[in-house]
Amino acid sequence: MVTTEKPYKVVGTRPIRPDGTDKVTGRANYGADIRLPGMLYGRVKRSPIAHGTIKRIDASKALALAGVRAVMTAEDLPRKGRREFAPLGSVKISLATLSGNVMARDKVRYEGHAVAAVCATDPHIAEDALELIEVEYEELPPVLHADEAMLASAPLIDEALHTREMATGESAEEPSNVAMHFVAEMGDVEAGFAEADVVLERTFKTQMVHQGYIEPHNATAFWRQDGGLEIWCSTQATFVMRDHLAGLLEHPVSQIRVTPQEIGGGFGGKISVYLEPLAAVLSRKTGKPVKMTLTRDEVFRATGPTSGTAIRVKLGAKRDGTLVAAAGELVYEAGAFPGSPVAAGVRCIFTAHAIPNQRIDGYDVLVNKPKVQPYRAPGAPAACFATDSVMDELAERLDLDPIALRLKNAAVEGTRSADGAAFGVIGSRDCLEAIRNSPHYRSELQGPNRGRGVAHGYWYNAGLESSAYASVNSDGTVALVLGSPDIGGTRASIAMQLAETLGIAAERVIPQVVDTDSVGFTSVTGGSRTAFAGGWAAHEAGLDLRQQLAARAAKIWGVEAEQVRYRDDAVIVGPAGEDGGERSITFTELAAKLASTGGMIVGRADSNHASAAPTFATHLVDVEVDPETGKVEVLRYTAAQDVGTAIHPSYVEGQIQGGVSQGVGWALNEEYRFDEKGRMENASFLDYRMPTALDLPMIETVLVEVPNPGHPYGVRGVGEVPIVPPLAAVANAVHAATGHRFTELPISPGAVLEKLLPGED
Amino acid sequence: MRAAAGSRRIVVGATINDEPQEFLADERDSLLEALRERIGLTGVKEGCNNGNCGACTVILDGRLVCACLVMAAEVEGSAITTIEGIASSEGLHPLQQAFLDDAALQCGVCTPGFIVAAKALLDVNPHPAEDDVRLWLAGNLCRCTGYDKIVQAVLDAAGDGKESA
Repeated sequence: MVTTEKPYKVVGTRPIRPDGTDKVTGRANYGADIRLPGMLYGRVKRSPIAHGTIKRIDASKALALAGVRAVMTAEDLPRKGRREFAPLGSVKISLATLSGNVMARDKVRYEGHAVAAVCATDPHIAEDALELIEVEYEELPPVLHADEAMLASAPLIDEALHTREMATGESAEEPSNVAMHFVAEMGDVEAGFAEADVVLERTFKTQMVHQGYIEPHNATAFWRQDGGLEIWCSTQATFVMRDHLAGLLEHPVSQIRVTPQEIGGGFGGKISVYLEPLAAVLSRKTGKPVKMTLTRDEVFRATGPTSGTAIRVKLGAKRDGTLVAAAGELVYEAGAFPGSPVAAGVRCIFTAHAIPNQRIDGYDVLVNKPKVQPYRAPGAPAACFATDSVMDELAERLDLDPIALRLKNAAVEGTRSADGAAFGVIGSRDCLEAIRNSPHYRSELQGPNRGRGVAHGYWYNAGLESSAYASVNSDGTVALVLGSPDIGGTRASIAMQLAETLGIAAERVIPQVVDTDSVGFTSVTGGSRTAFAGGWAAHEAGLDLRQQLAARAAKIWGVEAEQVRYRDDAVIVGPAGEDGGERSITFTELAAKLASTGGMIVGRADSNHASAAPTFATHLVDVEVDPETGKVEVLRYTAAQDVGTAIHPSYVEGQIQGGVSQGVGWALNEEYRFDEKGRMENASFLDYRMPTALDLPMIETVLVEVPNPGHPYGVRGVGEVPIVPPLAAVANAVHAATGHRFTELPISPGAVLEKLLPGED
Repeated sequence: MRAAAGSRRIVVGATINDEPQEFLADERDSLLEALRERIGLTGVKEGCNNGNCGACTVILDGRLVCACLVMAAEVEGSAITTIEGIASSEGLHPLQQAFLDDAALQCGVCTPGFIVAAKALLDVNPHPAEDDVRLWLAGNLCRCTGYDKIVQAVLDAAGDGKESA
């Protein structure tokens, strides 16, 4: 359901995606599909323990196995200092962290941490060789929970790590497992709570969860004899990959070319390097191309989950529901190296609501678990789970409708958040009202053990750099060259914006995603930025083409360029000719004449706009809880979201439905389980248990369109915010069904039965 | 030098996508490894290599199987249909067209498995209800779509789906 009519011809329609046929016929080439002459196969030797010192690595037996060509360890990578950085979007990342996670040096920090890599002529031989690499460890006690990691008596994961106060930039004197402490403050929080009639304070806990992309990580490298390094891989960020490799390998960016293959999902987890530097070093050692792929077990143990969290939320409200104060403390597990998304959690935790007095503390805490990576709206879902669970309890306490309470406190244009920014035009109220007016909310939920829940979430979205080249073909089509790996339909959504600008059919723009030598710098496919920034670059390339096409028509007609204009219907018009009629030529006619009138033309753009606009989402869910088994079934789900402008509504709906599905999994089943030594107990899809088609109903979407005034087509970005509200919405629905509040996720059958069974409190 | 344990090659004969052929495989190859690495049918995807995700779904002698759970040596004399054998020279299979029309894919890596599985469903049950589709496809994982548009596409291909919104 789309709520508005738009003045566009292409934007808002539903053409078939340009890469679709290859993807439904099996012809699309994903990273693992590559095959090069003489290619070797690489595998990674991993730590079986969560914390320990590496005493010795002996690869001699592996190297003696027929077919094995090379082994590498951290000794083959340059040692990087803590103060050496590589760019990552608008921030930077420590090369010591990147390098240390790619391959353990001296010490292993989590089970699955890479300690060596081997390549051989056949994948089975490479696998055999793993067992022949001998590694001797001295085990150290693992630190598995953030609360114990924060104690002064906790074993140190990194002896050189000192807590950094982000407000002052100062570091603590004593080493600690707490990497960073963030504070955001607004108004007077003590005075705010003093004037509250009701104050609720609750603590929440979530476990690490994985992005769960179906395609395992992969990388193929060929280090040419002239020093050129070729990388083929599934990445969300070809240029970030290139820059990080340059830093890790101390090799010039101009000597590295990253060619993106089709990517089988990422959700934030395929931005960081893992296999690429290892494959590169093995290729350098052997002079052959080396392909490496992870197993699913390795994906779980050694690639990016998002943080487990402990969050305390305190809300104060007047009797009429007006929020007057909020305090939050967010403790996020970073895994084995610094870098949890706690800063984003701090930024998002109260921002969907207008609260004048706030104090938020965030802690980035090391534990002996895999280093976390971004996961769809990183940091926000757990924060929303905490805040909107308390909001639900507040509504109950004050006998208010949960949407009425949120509407009373909804952030609006001009509302300031704790990070100091004031909102521009936003659709927060619109989403709440769309749910309040939905057939789902107006229906009555009947039957025993059933409950309905609502939650309201916020995400800020990113801008960053994108480039585009657009060249006109003689048949009236346009070849569009992009640098953003297409993870879920962005070829379509970007091409459609160029088509709209030129006034031609979507099918006449032919997009290609190319390597890092073939297009201008383009940042990560992530942060809900690709349709926003890529579309803007394509639009600007289209404006460039319009100008050049008008100039060409002027030249053909022998008039001044200023007398000619490119109309939105793809007709170029000029002053009256000798016959008295207005001169005109269509885009298609002119395209056919370009070669004979001065040559073909290319439009280009590099854009870097900071006007990405925030998005809000309100979710409504009905559940039924089976009192015998504890299983929670999702009966009905409606998600309203301010999408700015829906470029291709089907793929916008798909983003929302996918985010809901991941959020429902997070709420009900998904979690990393570790034994007492820090070994993951459920590193398979069967045991990790993501939602299947049987676990979900159809997911109804309401596309609320409040265009972003800072974008030519009003785009806000849509991919991330749909995962923010489901955790709280489901927990609130389960409370309505059972009378029990679940402050810990997942709300698995076992957790439900523990609350429901008599005498088991 | 130690001899590599897994270096013995075997010749396997099978009919793959209606074409009889012989291929050389390692005796330790799964059907998935043989299809991808030895024959080049890389439309068959690996997501888990233990039968959990369904990305490598193929039809083996009329039965739906995960190619990662079958040894290459076992398929001697068998008929196998992979995603590469679903479309004909005349064009896409109605399921493939429905997946495109309904935007039933995002990253697309699970799509081959879903289409092969859905074809096997429609072969035995040409007019499934939504619940039938969800039950049949419960062995295929998708992390992008929330399954909504996939289920709709299968219903549409069967001609029973309501018009997608």
